[in-house]
Parts: sequence; structure tokens; C-alpha cells
Amino acid sequence: MSEMKKIKNLKEFSTSADRFEGANLLCPGCAHSIIVREVLNATNDDMVLSASTGCLEVCTAVYPYTSWDASWIHIGFENSSTAIAGAETMYKALKKKGRLKQPERTPKFVSFAGDGASYDIGFQWISGCMERGHNIMHVVLDNEVYANTGGQRSSSTPIGSSATTSPEGRNSYGEKRNKKDMLSIMAAHGIPYAAQVAPNKWKDMVKKIQHGLAVDGPVFINAVSPCTTEWKFDPKDTMNIADLATDSLVFPLYEIIDGHELNITYRPKNVVPVEEYLAAQGRFKHLFKDEYKYLIKEWQERVDAKWAYLQRREEARV
Amino acid sequence: MAFDKMELKDIEVWDGNHAAAQALRQCQIDVVAAYPITPSTPIVEGYAKFLADGYVEGEFVMVESEHAAMSGCIGAAAAGGRVATATSSQGLALMSETLYQASGMRLPIVLNLVNRALASPLNVNGDHSDMYMVRDSGWIQLDAFSPQEAYDLNLIAFKVAEDHDVRLPAIVNQDGFMTSHTAQGVSPLSDDVAYGFVGEYKPMNDMLDFEHPVTHGVQTEEDWHFEHKARQHNDLMTKVLPKIQTAFDDFEKLTGRKYNLVEKYDMDDADICVVCMGSSVETAREVATEMRAKGIKAGVVGIRVLRPIPFFEIIDALKDVKAIAALDRSSPNGAAGMLFNELAGALFNTDTKALLSGYVYGLGGRDLTKKHLVDLYTELQANVDAGKVTTKLQQFIGVRGPKLAYL
Repeated sequence: MSEMKKIKNLKEFSTSADRFEGANLLCPGCAHSIIVREVLNATNDDMVLSASTGCLEVCTAVYPYTSWDASWIHIGFENSSTAIAGAETMYKALKKKGRLKQPERTPKFVSFAGDGASYDIGFQWISGCMERGHNIMHVVLDNEVYANTGGQRSSSTPIGSSATTSPEGRNSYGEKRNKKDMLSIMAAHGIPYAAQVAPNKWKDMVKKIQHGLAVDGPVFINAVSPCTTEWKFDPKDTMNIADLATDSLVFPLYEIIDGHELNITYRPKNVVPVEEYLAAQGRFKHLFKDEYKYLIKEWQERVDAKWAYLQRREEARV
Repeated sequence: MAFDKMELKDIEVWDGNHAAAQALRQCQIDVVAAYPITPSTPIVEGYAKFLADGYVEGEFVMVESEHAAMSGCIGAAAAGGRVATATSSQGLALMSETLYQASGMRLPIVLNLVNRALASPLNVNGDHSDMYMVRDSGWIQLDAFSPQEAYDLNLIAFKVAEDHDVRLPAIVNQDGFMTSHTAQGVSPLSDDVAYGFVGEYKPMNDMLDFEHPVTHGVQTEEDWHFEHKARQHNDLMTKVLPKIQTAFDDFEKLTGRKYNLVEKYDMDDADICVVCMGSSVETAREVATEMRAKGIKAGVVGIRVLRPIPFFEIIDALKDVKAIAALDRSSPNGAAGMLFNELAGALFNTDTKALLSGYVYGLGGRDLTKKHLVDLYTELQANVDAGKVTTKLQQFIGVRGPKLAYL
């Protein structure tokens, strides 16, 4: 049987055996590697992993090297969820037939994908996996942009962000659409667990990952992944940006159990104005021109409204 | 959990789809991930029913698209077990991205491809445009001309694909409706003998061996991509046909049914011959026999293995004929037909003086009649008598409107 790993402090956490090696090609300051390590270090169980085409994939499995000390598969852009669901199905089949090589082990099946590979091109595949009830966890490394291909907008790109296919300019403030609420959509599948996590809140992250790995059925995790390259901040500031994201409530941390029971898992002591989160990133620089300041105000109103909604949902216990 | 064996008669009345489903049952597939599409649907429906009735104990996953079907198959195969699926036409087109990934990752998946036309216009009937579309995808491609062969070639496909010297996925083609939905007498093997022929699945680089983690589906650029593709091509060119031949030989010892890389019919002294695939081969054989009664030395060559192409066997089969018709059941859309080009490529540097002409036929399930073939053989004989191709190099058979001919 699997045992819940005990993690008391950050030092203990950071010295866990690495199944994801530091030897990779991700940008200095990239949050992807931090999140992946946090997910992998949350358990001592064997893991079978997949990744969609994207930054994580192209930076960690460049032949003849690999950064992965657990079995890992990449097929294409849209199908990391289905790839791991296929592996999980084979595990079930071989278990039933008594053909597992190490039948006493209790592997966990986790797929990683960016927001483009999850919110956009892989949406149908993830929905299929969630609906069919595979015992898998899908983790979105949500940097709100197609970073690997140079910063094009995805349906996770927030309003006002300057992306290369929705650039700010004389006649434009950048992205015109608001970010898709993927967590709600996934929770609406009635899956046992869906949660939003952030790399800076590692205790919250570990708790949620462990919960997700323990439940029977599909799990959806949305992890905010500040992107030094496309969000345009200094690589040393990744965790500061993540702090601003969670403490401004632009990325509220919460979970949805069985598709309906919502729990807020982090309440900032001092809520930071959204303006501070935006001001720290080059992708929003143009919003501070006089003619676009109304967008910052609107953004604050949206965040306040969402926070109020989440609290009402939590209180209602429905 | 165990599963029941099925008592089969010496001769069962099965259509091609059911024959394929029965073969999958006997192979005891570990994971089938599939999505329905006409005309291949009954294969996976059949498999699902076998599972529901306790005749197999693997896992069947009904996914949300053909792309997901093959994606799931790839994940399952990489995990380490026997994997199969089935599709047709648009379904194959949707999954075509993943076909290249499956073969590049050297995963021995077996795909039953029930051949059907590609839209537009939408059409559910049989032609070979789907088969042709993925001919460069790195899969082994076998072609069944009848339900019996659809059954036999499934068993053979697993044996070849899963061989550790091969480790390549394999497609078993059969004609939509003409084969897939036409019930005929099929002689099956018993469950034990069939499973014994295919053998236990032997995993390699399996993700579920936790003591030996593996990385599947890496990134390569100009530094290594070419070497990987070259090695795959090399294995297809040098290793696969001998393995198929061995499997054919073993199968003949077991059943008395003899398969060949190219299937020759009345070719020993043939002056003229038709080269074709699928259910048309049987029609051509019948007409060839009738032509012989009229004193015309007609023969038929059926392409049993499309990939890897049996280049030298094709040369050998055609070396003594005087006129050849290549029949393509797929619109070349701006070129000579694929079979025409394959034959031309094979014969070009040989001593043959054979006259080669091409015919496009049967698109969207249009019948190829015996009359069509009588006319075709007559045309080939006229070419022989004239010492040159008397028609355009490419003609269309059985299409309404003005006669179409090109090149």
C-alpha cells in the first residue's frame, strides 16, 4: 500500500530524492521545474509521467539525455492526458491478469501540460479522461501563454496582456478576452478533486497533490507558473511574482471536491492590490498609460467579485 | 478473474469485421482503446461484447475521438502490453498524427483499417484512399482480400509487429463493406492454437517496470532526427519482410493456408496481368480464369504487403509479362496512381519490356465489375499485340460522363 509522505519543512522537501533532475534546459527562473519537483516530491510512490509538447517537454528529454528518473512519455501537443490514461489502463489490465513485474508497487499516473495544451488544443482529450474516470492526475503548468513557441495568446491569457498574437499597440491594449475558467469546467465533470495551486505556497501544494494522489479517479490541478520570459520579469523574482499572484487573489488558491464542495485553502493576511501584481510584469506595462487605467480598475473589480463568489460558494457548502 | 474460451466450428460464417474481432479475442489484447466509425465499428463492438460476456479479460476504453484512441493505444503500448484498435477513413485521418508517433516510438500496436473513402464528398463505402494516406507513416501494412484473410492476417500481424527485432506497429487492411460486411465461410483456429501461434506478449522498454524507468518520445533536431528515421527505415527495409515470410511459413505449417508477400495467380506463363489490392483481387482472378478459357494468357498479382513494399518479389512476379495494369482504388489527385508508381519504380532498371498502364477505379465503393476487367484485359492484350500502350497511361474505370484519360 502507498504511504503518505511526511514533509515537515522546506529543507526536508528540497532534499527529497530527485526524480526530476536539475539538469534541464528550462529558463533560469522558470516556475515549471519548481512545480514539477513539488508534485513529484509529494509522494514516495512510483510514478508514471507524461508531458505534452511544450517548454517542459522540449527542455527535459532532448536525446540522448533525459531529466526524468521515472518512466515518462511524450506523444504530442494535445494528448499527454490520454497518453497517461493509456498507461494507467494498461496497469489495470496487467494487474487483473497478474502480469505486473512489481505487483506490490502502487504507481501514480500524472500528466503535465501547459495552458495551451490544456485549455486549448488538448481540451477535448482532458475532458475525455476526466469523464471516463481514469485514475490519473492532470497538472496544468499555467503560464497563460504559448511560451514554447514565443508568446502567442492562449485561452488562458488574461485580458490586457500583451502576447505576440494579441500585442499591445497604438490601437490595442493587447488580449481582449478574459481567461477561461478551466477549473470550474473540469470540476463540472464531477471529478473527485480539482484544485488551483501555486509554487510559492508549497505546503498547500503538497497537501493538494497528496490528496489528489490518494483519491480514486481523475484529478485536475491548475498550477500558476510565472514565466520570466513572457511575463517579462527578472528571473530572480519568480517567487515574488507568485506571491503577488496569490496575495492579490488574481490566482486564488482553492479546491473543489466531487465537483461541488469548494474550499478556499489560502487567505492572504494582507491582500495586495491587483495593480501591484500587474506593475511587476512587462506584459502589462502598457496598461499603466492613462487611457488604459480603467482596465486595471475593472480587473480589480473582477478579482473582488470572484473572491466574493468563492467565499459564498464555500459558505454555502453546496 | 479468468475468461472463458470459445468453442468454434471448423467453418464459421463470419464477415471481415467479426473475423477481425475474433482474432483480437484470441490474441487476448491487454488494452483496446477505440472510437466508432463506419465500417470498422463492429470490430470494437464485437470486442466490447466479448469483454462483457467474459471471453476476454483485458481493458476496453471507448474514448472520445480516433486521435485519442491511438493516443491511448500509444500510452498503453509504452506501458508494456498487447494493444489493438480499429478505424476507417476520417477516423484514420484524425489519428494520422499519432500514427507517425507510434511507429517512431517503435510500439507494436495492431490497427485494423477497414478501408473507406475520404471526404469530401462524404462517403462511407470502400476505397483505398485511407490506406494510401498513411503509406509513409512507418507502419507495416498488410492487405486482406477476404474475411478469412482478415482473421489470419491479424494473428500474423501481432507475431511480426511484437517481434523484438521489429517492434513496429502494423495495419491490417480489409475493404469496407465488400469484405467487412460480407459473411463468408471462415476457418478459425482453436483459441489455444491461435494464442500459441501469436505467443505471450514480451514487454520491452515498458514504463511499468519501475526498476528500469524509461523515457519515451524524446526531442531530436538536426543532430539526431535523421539517424532515428534512417534506422526505422533500415529496419523496415531489411528486417520486416523476412519476419513476415517466416510468420507466413509458420502459419502455413499450422493451417495449410499459404500467404505470400505478393500473391501470384496464373502468373507462370501470363502475357498480361492486373496488379491490385483488396477484394478486387478475387474478382480479377475469376476474370483471368475466364480470359484463359478464351485463349488469353491472363494473370493477377495481389499486393499482400504494401509496407514494406516487396520490391524484388514484385520484380520477380512481373519479369516475364508483356503488359501490366496497375489498379489504384484512390484518386491520385494530380499524379499517376500509387501502385503505378511503385511498379514503375520497381521495374525501371530491370530488363523487362513490359508495357505498364494505370487505372483508377472503384472510388467511394463504386463496383468493379467482371465486364470492367474483361475490357481491361482486352485492352492489355491489344497493347501486347501493338507492341506499345495504345491508350493514355492513366484511365478511369466505371465513372460516369466523358471518358477520362491522362498522361
